[in-house]
Amino acid sequence: MQWLHLDWVLAVLAGLLCVALAGVLSLHRFAVVSRVLFPAGGLLGLALSGIALDALMSGTEVAVLPVGLPGLPAHLRLDGLAAYFLMIIGAASAGISLFAAGYFRRGEGTPPGLLCLEYHIFLASMIGVILADDAYSFMVAWETMALSSYFLVTANHRLPAVRSAGYLYVTMARIGAIAILLCFGVLQANTGDYTFANMRLQELDPFWASAGFCLAVFGFGAKAGVVPLHVWLPEAHPAAPSPVSALMSGVMLNTAIYGLLRVSLDLLQVTLWWWGGALLIIGLATALFGVVFASVQTDMKRLLAYSSIENMGLLFVGMGLTLLFFSHDMQPMAALALTATLYHVASHACFKSLLFLGTGSVLHATAERSLGKLGGLIRRMPWVAWFVLVGVLASAGLPPLGGFVAEWLLLQSFLFAPGLPVPLLTMLIPVAAALIALVAALAGYTMVKFFGVIFLGQPREEKLAQAHDAGIWERLGMLWLAGGCIALGLLPTQFIQLIDPVTRQLVHEGIGPGAIRNGWLLAPNGVHQASYGPVLFLLGILACIGLAALLVRLLYHGRIRRGRPWACGFPQVTARMQDTAEGFGQPIRQIFEPFFVMRRELPSPFDAAPKYRVEVEDHFWAWLYLPLANLANYLARLLGMMQQGRIAIYLLYSFLTLLATLVAVMR
Amino acid sequence: MNLRSIFTQLLELVLALALAPLLTGWINQCRAWLQNKSAPALWQPYRLLRKLFYKESMVADNASLLFRTTPYVVFGTMALASAIIPTVSTNLPLASAADAIALVGLFALARVFLSLAAMDIGTAFGSMGARREMLVGFLAEPALLMVFFSASLISGSTSLTTIVDTLSKQELVIYPGLAFAAVAFAIVALAENARVPVDNPSTHLELTMIHEALILEYSGRHLALIEWASSLKLMAYLCIGIALFAPWGIAAGSTPGAMLLALPVLVFKLGLGGALLALLETLSAKMRIFRVPEFLATAFLLAVIGLLVHLLLVRP
Repeated sequence: MQWLHLDWVLAVLAGLLCVALAGVLSLHRFAVVSRVLFPAGGLLGLALSGIALDALMSGTEVAVLPVGLPGLPAHLRLDGLAAYFLMIIGAASAGISLFAAGYFRRGEGTPPGLLCLEYHIFLASMIGVILADDAYSFMVAWETMALSSYFLVTANHRLPAVRSAGYLYVTMARIGAIAILLCFGVLQANTGDYTFANMRLQELDPFWASAGFCLAVFGFGAKAGVVPLHVWLPEAHPAAPSPVSALMSGVMLNTAIYGLLRVSLDLLQVTLWWWGGALLIIGLATALFGVVFASVQTDMKRLLAYSSIENMGLLFVGMGLTLLFFSHDMQPMAALALTATLYHVASHACFKSLLFLGTGSVLHATAERSLGKLGGLIRRMPWVAWFVLVGVLASAGLPPLGGFVAEWLLLQSFLFAPGLPVPLLTMLIPVAAALIALVAALAGYTMVKFFGVIFLGQPREEKLAQAHDAGIWERLGMLWLAGGCIALGLLPTQFIQLIDPVTRQLVHEGIGPGAIRNGWLLAPNGVHQASYGPVLFLLGILACIGLAALLVRLLYHGRIRRGRPWACGFPQVTARMQDTAEGFGQPIRQIFEPFFVMRRELPSPFDAAPKYRVEVEDHFWAWLYLPLANLANYLARLLGMMQQGRIAIYLLYSFLTLLATLVAVMR
Repeated sequence: MNLRSIFTQLLELVLALALAPLLTGWINQCRAWLQNKSAPALWQPYRLLRKLFYKESMVADNASLLFRTTPYVVFGTMALASAIIPTVSTNLPLASAADAIALVGLFALARVFLSLAAMDIGTAFGSMGARREMLVGFLAEPALLMVFFSASLISGSTSLTTIVDTLSKQELVIYPGLAFAAVAFAIVALAENARVPVDNPSTHLELTMIHEALILEYSGRHLALIEWASSLKLMAYLCIGIALFAPWGIAAGSTPGAMLLALPVLVFKLGLGGALLALLETLSAKMRIFRVPEFLATAFLLAVIGLLVHLLLVRP
C-alpha cells in the first residue's frame, strides 16, 4: 500500500505519543529522558518538517479516523495551509527539542519524565490542531494543547507567581475556546454537521458570517494575545521553562494565526471589507502596544513575551490587509500581503524560539532573569551571545536577515495598494504603513536594549564571573534556529515558492515564480518597481568590509594596544555607571507616558541606602479586567446566598425545581 | 549587467569614498565663515584620517570582538549605501539589490551595530550614547521611510533609480506632498548626521553629546573608519536629498559624455547643499535632549501628512 503524506504525519504523531509514554515509564531516569527521548522528539520534528515540505508541493489529502465518540469519527485533512504550518512547527520544534535535551536539570519542579510527557503531548496536540477537519477533533486538539501547556507553564509550581500565571493562562484559554466553539456553531448554519467540509458549503448571510468572524477573532485573538486579550501572555510565557517558552511563543501562537486564516479565508465563503479594516486596526494597536511595553521591561523573558505580542500584531495587520484586498477582488495584492504574513510566521518562529532559548542558557548560567543583574556575558558565554545576536538582528527587522524580508513584503503591499473604493481606507493605509515603520524602529530599540544589557558592558553582579557557556546540545539547538533566521533572510526567492501553493489555495493567486528576477532578486512587481536581493546585498557589504580591512592592514598597520577604558578620563569605571534596563527604557517611558501606569519609588537625598524602583503596568488591567473580576465576585456572592448549608433548604430547592419542571412539561 | 554599468558602479563608489571627507571639510569651512572664525583648510578631514590611520589603536581590556569589528561593519554598510544611491548615473547594477526600504534598513543596521559596540565597554558615556542614538533613530527612521514613500507614490516604485528616472524626466511640477516631505527630510538629515540642533559634531561636553559619546572609546584606525563612515553618511543623505528633490542632471545611461556632464552638476549641488546645511546649523541653537523627540515627531508627522496630501490631491 502506498503511504500518503497524511499517513506519515500520523506516524510522526504516534511517534511523539510513544516518546511521551516512554517519558512516563522512565519518570525519574534523567539520563534516558534528556539524552534519548528529547533528541528523539527533535528527530521526529525534523521528519515532520520534511514530510510537510513534500506535502506542500502535492495536492490535498483527506482521511477519516474511526476514533472518538461513536458516530463522530475524526476527519483529517492535509492541504497547503496545513502543510505550511506543520513544516514550521516541525522545523522550530526540532531546534527546541535539541536544546531541551541539554536544558532540563535534575530536581527542578516537575520530574523530568512528566515534563517529557507534557512536552510531547503539547507538540502532538499542535499537529492535531493543524490536521483537524471537523469542529470536534479541532476542539479536542485545541483543548489538549491548552491543558498540556498549562501543566508545562506550572512546571515550577512551588512559586506562587507561577501558579497565578498558570491560573490566568488557563482562564483566558477557556474563554477563548468557548468563543471558538460558538464560532463553529455559527459556521455550521443549523445543519448539525460539524465537519469543515460542510462549513465550506454554507453560504452564510452577512450578519451571521460577521458573527462567526468576530467570534473567531475573539477566540483566536485570545490565544495570540492581541490587545486587550493579551494579559496572560506576559505572565505565562516567561513563567514556563525556557524551551517551553520558546515552544509557546515561537510555535503555539502560530496555531492561532492558522485558525484565523482557516476560518476567514477557507471556511467562510464571504469576505466583508470591514473585517480587514477591523483586523488592521486591532493589529496596529497590538503591535504598537507590544513594542512600547517590550522596551520598558526589566525582565528578559517578559521583554520577549511583549515582543511576541508585537509580532502577533504585525501578523494581524498582514491578515487584515489580505482580507481587505481579497474582499475588493484584488487577488494579486491579497497574495502579496498573505505572503508577507506567512513569511513573518516562519521568521518569527525562528527568531523568537532562538531568543527564548538564549534566555534559557543565560538563566542556567546565572540563575538571574532580571536585566538589572546581568551584563558582560559575551565574554563568559560567547556562543550564546553570537547566536542571540543573530536572533536580535532578525527580530529588529534588519537586512539581510529573515525579519526584514517579511517587513519589506508587508510595506510593499501597503505602498502599492491601488486606490480602494472606500476613501476612509485609502487614507488609513499610509497611516498604517507609518505605524508599521515606527513599530519596526522601536523593535530595534528594544532589541539593542535586550542584547546590550545582557551580553555587553561589565557584569553587574559578582557571581556572573562564574557563568558558563551553553552545552553542546543547547548550542546545536540554537545553531539550527540561527541557521533558519539566516536562511530565511538570504533565500527569500526560494522560500516564497513554498508559500505559493498556500496563497493559491486561499486567495486563488500566488506571487511565487513571478517574484524572481535574474535568479536571486525578489521583485514581486517587477525590478523597475521594487527589488531586493539579499545575497547580493550581503556580498556587497562583505566585499566593502573585507576590502577596507585588507587595505588598512596593507597600507598601515594592525597594531593594537590594550588598556583601561578611556571614559573621558574618569579614573573609576564601575559596573554601576552603566545604564540599567530601567535607564535604557526611560526615554520610551517619557514619550509614551499615557500608555503606562507607573509606580515609582524615588530616594530622598538623605537616604543612607538609596533605592530607585519603577514599576510599569498597562491600563487594561485596571480598566477592563478588575471590573470584570469584581463583577464575577459579586455575582458569585449573590449566588452564595442560596447556599445556607442546611439540608432542609437544599431539599426545598430540589422540590421547587421538580415542581417547576413538572409545570413546564405539562404546559 | 555589462562592463560599462559595472564601471559606473565602481566610479560611484570611488567618487563617494573620495569626495565624502571633502564635503565634510567644505561644511566645516562654511560654518567657520558664517560664524566669523578663521576656517581650517578644505582638506583638513583627509589629514585627520591619515593621522588616525597611522596611530596605534587603543582598545579597552574588556572589549569583545563585536567592538573591534563594528568600525568595519559601519564602514561597509555606509560604503554600500553610497553605492546604491544614484549620484552621477542611474545605471547601477547594485541598486537592484536594495531599494529605498533596504537603504533605510542599511542605515538602521549601522546604527544598531554602533550602539551595541558603544555598550560593549560598559562605561557611562557609551550606554548613554547608545540610548540617545537609538532614541533619535527610532523616530528618524520611520520619518525617512515615509519621505521615501512620498516619492515612491509619485513614481510608483521604491527603487531609487526608478524614482530618480521618473522625477528627473518630468517637467517642473511642484508636488505639495513632496514639499512636506522635503521639510521632514531636512529635519531627519540634521538628526541622523548628528548636526545642530539635535547634536553637535564638534562638542565634547559630556551631557550633550550623542554621536561623540558613542565613539568615545575608539581610537586610531577604528576611529578613522568611523569618521570616514560618518562623512559617507552625510554625503549619502545629501545625495538622497538631491535624488528626491532636485534630480535634474543625473545621467540615465552610462555614456561618458552624460557622466562627464553629471559630475560637475553633482559637485555644484553638493556644495550648495553643504553650504545650506552650514547655514541651518549656524542659525539654530542646540536643543535639550528632551525636546528632540518632539522635533523628530514633527518630522514624522510632516512626512505622513505629505503622504496623505498626495493621496488626497492626486487620486489615480
